[in-house]
Amino acid sequence: MSMSKILLLIPMLPLIAATVIGLFGRKLPRHFAHILTIAGVGIAFMLSTYVLNQTLHGFTLNETVYQWLTSGAFRFEVGFLIDNLTAMMMVVVTFVSLMVHIYTIGYMHEDPGYSRFFSYISLFTFSMLMLVMSNNFMQLFFGWEAVGLVSYLLIGFWYTRPTAIYANLKAFLVNRVGDFGFLLGIGMVLYHFGSLDYAAVFESAPRLKDVQVQIVPNVDWSLMTVTCLLLFVGAMGKSAQVPLHVWLPDSMEGPTPISALIHAATMVTAGIFMVARMSPLFELSTTALSTVMVIGAITALFMGFLGIIQNDIKRVVAYSTLSQLGYMTVALGASAYSVAIFHLMTHAFFKALLFLAAGSVIMGMHHDQDIRNMGNLKKYMPITWITSLIGSLALIGTPFFAGFYSKDSIIEAVKFSHITGSGFAYFAVLAGVFVTAFYSFRLYFLVFHGKEKWREVHQDAQAHHDEHADDHGHHHGLSPTDNPHESGWVVTIPLVLLSIPSVFVGYLAIESMLFGDFFNHVIFVDAQAHPAMQHLAHHYHELLHSPAGMALHGFLTLPFALAASGVLLSWYFYMKRPDIPAAIKRKCHLIYRVLDNKYGFDSFNERVFAGGSRLIGGKLWQIGDVQLIDGAMVNGTANLVAKISSKVRHLQSGLIYHYAFAMIIGVFLFLTFFIKIN
Amino acid sequence: MNLFHQHILSFAIWLPILAGVIVLLLGNDQNLQRTRWVALVGAIVSFLVTVPLYTKFQLPIGTFQFQESTTWIPAFNIHYHLGADGFSVPLILLTSFTTVIVVIAAWEVITKSVAQYMAAFLIMSGLMIGVFSALDAILYYVFWEAMLIPMFLVIGIWGGPNRVYATIKFFLYTLLGSLLMLVAFIYLYHQTGSFALTDYYALPITMSAQIWIFVAFFMAFAVKIPMWPVHTWLPDAHVEAPTGGSVVLAAIALKLGGYSFLRFAMPIAPDAAHYFANTMVTLSLIAIVYIALVALVQKDMKKLIAYSSISHMGFVTLGFFMFSQLGLEGAVVQMISHGFISSAMFLCVGVLYDRMHSRQIADYGGVVNTMPIFAAFAVLFAMANSGLPGTSGFVGEFMVILAAVKFNFWVAFLAATTLIFGAAYTLWMTKRVFYGAVANAHVAELTDINRREFLILATLALLVIGFGVYPEPITAMLQATSAEFLTHMQTSKLPILSSAPAASI
Repeated sequence: MSMSKILLLIPMLPLIAATVIGLFGRKLPRHFAHILTIAGVGIAFMLSTYVLNQTLHGFTLNETVYQWLTSGAFRFEVGFLIDNLTAMMMVVVTFVSLMVHIYTIGYMHEDPGYSRFFSYISLFTFSMLMLVMSNNFMQLFFGWEAVGLVSYLLIGFWYTRPTAIYANLKAFLVNRVGDFGFLLGIGMVLYHFGSLDYAAVFESAPRLKDVQVQIVPNVDWSLMTVTCLLLFVGAMGKSAQVPLHVWLPDSMEGPTPISALIHAATMVTAGIFMVARMSPLFELSTTALSTVMVIGAITALFMGFLGIIQNDIKRVVAYSTLSQLGYMTVALGASAYSVAIFHLMTHAFFKALLFLAAGSVIMGMHHDQDIRNMGNLKKYMPITWITSLIGSLALIGTPFFAGFYSKDSIIEAVKFSHITGSGFAYFAVLAGVFVTAFYSFRLYFLVFHGKEKWREVHQDAQAHHDEHADDHGHHHGLSPTDNPHESGWVVTIPLVLLSIPSVFVGYLAIESMLFGDFFNHVIFVDAQAHPAMQHLAHHYHELLHSPAGMALHGFLTLPFALAASGVLLSWYFYMKRPDIPAAIKRKCHLIYRVLDNKYGFDSFNERVFAGGSRLIGGKLWQIGDVQLIDGAMVNGTANLVAKISSKVRHLQSGLIYHYAFAMIIGVFLFLTFFIKIN
Repeated sequence: MNLFHQHILSFAIWLPILAGVIVLLLGNDQNLQRTRWVALVGAIVSFLVTVPLYTKFQLPIGTFQFQESTTWIPAFNIHYHLGADGFSVPLILLTSFTTVIVVIAAWEVITKSVAQYMAAFLIMSGLMIGVFSALDAILYYVFWEAMLIPMFLVIGIWGGPNRVYATIKFFLYTLLGSLLMLVAFIYLYHQTGSFALTDYYALPITMSAQIWIFVAFFMAFAVKIPMWPVHTWLPDAHVEAPTGGSVVLAAIALKLGGYSFLRFAMPIAPDAAHYFANTMVTLSLIAIVYIALVALVQKDMKKLIAYSSISHMGFVTLGFFMFSQLGLEGAVVQMISHGFISSAMFLCVGVLYDRMHSRQIADYGGVVNTMPIFAAFAVLFAMANSGLPGTSGFVGEFMVILAAVKFNFWVAFLAATTLIFGAAYTLWMTKRVFYGAVANAHVAELTDINRREFLILATLALLVIGFGVYPEPITAMLQATSAEFLTHMQTSKLPILSSAPAASI
């Protein structure tokens, strides 16, 4: 089979499976749903690894699949660009998707929407593959919005819950704000570069380096800066960067498998992928890179803070995802695109693992998600416990774990970066290490160690519990006398399979991905202007020599000290002296309020944007349409005619003497008139 | 067969009208089934005769094809002259196709005066195809005005409680504009001694006359599209119209206005079109932004979709008046796509209305629980209405917005807000109607769509996705015609001698 056919098959298999199950799933026996979709995504995964193996041996391809649309000189095509970046993304997407498919068999076992769910996640796999395999902006935008659609459908999967259907609308609209900027960016590309094909755009980019555009009359802006910032607005929506991050925590209303797949491992990293793909453009605008870096830094640190006070197990992991996306964005800003992609990959594994483990915990707890009701689960759920520990260690950047290699490289790259904002970003990513370690292990200790709190009756937890019970259809929690059970093999096998790369992939891949030629001809860095990556490589080769050397050296560095103190502090707070956090909460009431309100983004958006639009819309309708146009103009004209005629009607009274009187006056007036004239 | 191939357009016009007459003669309310079948066969045959317009269309030709011409009224040099180009063929096909949909959609729903109802739509279909293919001004005018009558009757007889207000508003609005257009035609007749469109294209006209002509046409066409601020008849008409009426109104009647800009106002008065371009762009942007915000607060589903139509038609006029091929073709694609999507949306409301007899969003909630298959379609069409890539709703808006970036960044900026507002009003309605727990006892009793409804919605869904994934068949037809059109538009029609003073106007 030719390579083109294989490449076509990779996205088509999940699409076909999704379509068949979507259309006929209700009629087919239940197990058809998972057999067919797992077969589709499984073959797609195997083919993807084959493709990665080929690209590692120098295979690249840029070809058109079909012509989508022609208009004058513009040709819009659907096509594939296959290189190391694409192939790596394909493997990550299909692997995590495969794990999630298998896991879903267990997690969604009792759900009436079983086949619908499989159809959606297969559709997602197709969309995500179209996104990463694209060789042009049009198809990128297609994949971009298609994953948004599936995300919308899946967040609202349990459509009877008010919170779920609120969250999915919010997610879609916030993403649309990002896409609004993204589309304008694509428009700038088409207008100034004359094409939407990556190859053509990247080729002409250096020539357009110094072009100035006047978006605001008489103010010159660099074309590259404007274009890159507009494209980045899209990335901010999809990859949940402040202030467009607000949808991601709410997206946890969706079933946990999709939180792992879509809202942690793959879809939310699309923005990171896109910016890395566009490195030939972003490299030409240091202003854009600075903005990217600062936004990423804000997200990395401030979203981490919010993770500290969350009590819903999924929300903690969600805020950690936000924070990690911030790290990737910072890396992009530092021109360390390969590091960002590297972290994207390691994060995909360990974050999917953490989410799936959280899902396993939720099942064990009978759908109670409040970590204050858990504790000592290590006794009952050993596999979930160990894999969670591995995921957490990877997340906080413990040397030798996957997350260490990628996160430490980001911190080092920021240190070597000298663009505006890098000072703040360096502080943010360092402080973020401490925060990450603290909230991750707060979660870990509260869930897996300590007292078995579901056996006690908590006053405030109970209140919280009740409030949640209304939202969640099958939310019942564990009764005090019950023991949680370890989940079945369909759940634990993916956990184990995901924990393998969570440990090893960093060690194995760092040399080739960051310092080797893996991203040659894929990612473009202007080493003159942005030398951070060069310094990083130099540092590695001079000082660290090998992945093992890097890990050993890692124990002596500041990030490790910060991470370790974060873990220790959370152990002290939540295992030793649980009264301290409660006291802090009472003392620092104001800070707690700010964090609890998530810095007020939600209420601001709700009031100003949502409320404002409705208010303006209402006024425009009532005043503009109803009163002015219809009232004054349309019906006004009609009323005027009616009014005049009603007045005129009085003249036709039907009484002879009225008419005679009018005639006499008329004759009199005429006579006077003629006499005057004469 | 030869006769047919030489007169495809005549067949396309008169066959549905003939079918309508037959339905009137044969059908009655005693034998509903026969009436319906005759109407359906008529509609299908009428659709089939338009198919050769696509299959026999010569892509490289930018001027009129399938022409036929005979003298009609020699005294005034009026001809029965028909022809179609890349702009009109897709619209003709859309018309004949929509008629089939409307007939099926009315199947069990209309029980009062079925023959008259079916006949009205068949006749209207022929008349609208006449509008799209007439190349003689008077012939065009006759079709244009004649199609108001069946529409007037459809709303007036099968409409809702406030139908009299709506029909009169609709009729007066459109008639007022049309009369000014007639005046323009008479003026042009005096200048050329002809009603032939091609003569008008070639006629040099002074700037002041062009401005008057353009304004006269504008009054007629802007009402039809409808453009802000002459749009308020549309929500009222939609609310009162029966489902079929709404479908035809949204899918085709609005396109008569858009098409006529391309056929008459712009090529006859190209200099005035350029002169008014900024005004037209501004009005289009008001339609896109203002109307979208108004749509957001509607409580009646049909009204919401009506406002959404106006907002989407803003992209059509915006695409026209940027004078770029991408924008122009995007505008035409938007017209076709809106034909499918708005039909589907109104049919969806019809499905609900037939069961619940309410169009109020507040009366619904959680429909997905009782009508899952229907809800899947509704969400698909809602997404298409929000311009999701992969559906036809994306293609036209994408093209127009990309073209607008070149025209003026801020125009593109405002137009692109449809990404946010379009999704906001459509999906918010979807949320309130379809999602959530079952809202009340009436929703709990709903039954999912039957085979007939499934057939209609599935057909439209296939088209919406099909043209979203592969819009090339439409744009390929537009290619030569739009190039020809833009070349014509770039050539000034000002008389050579008086061009200097005229330019100072």
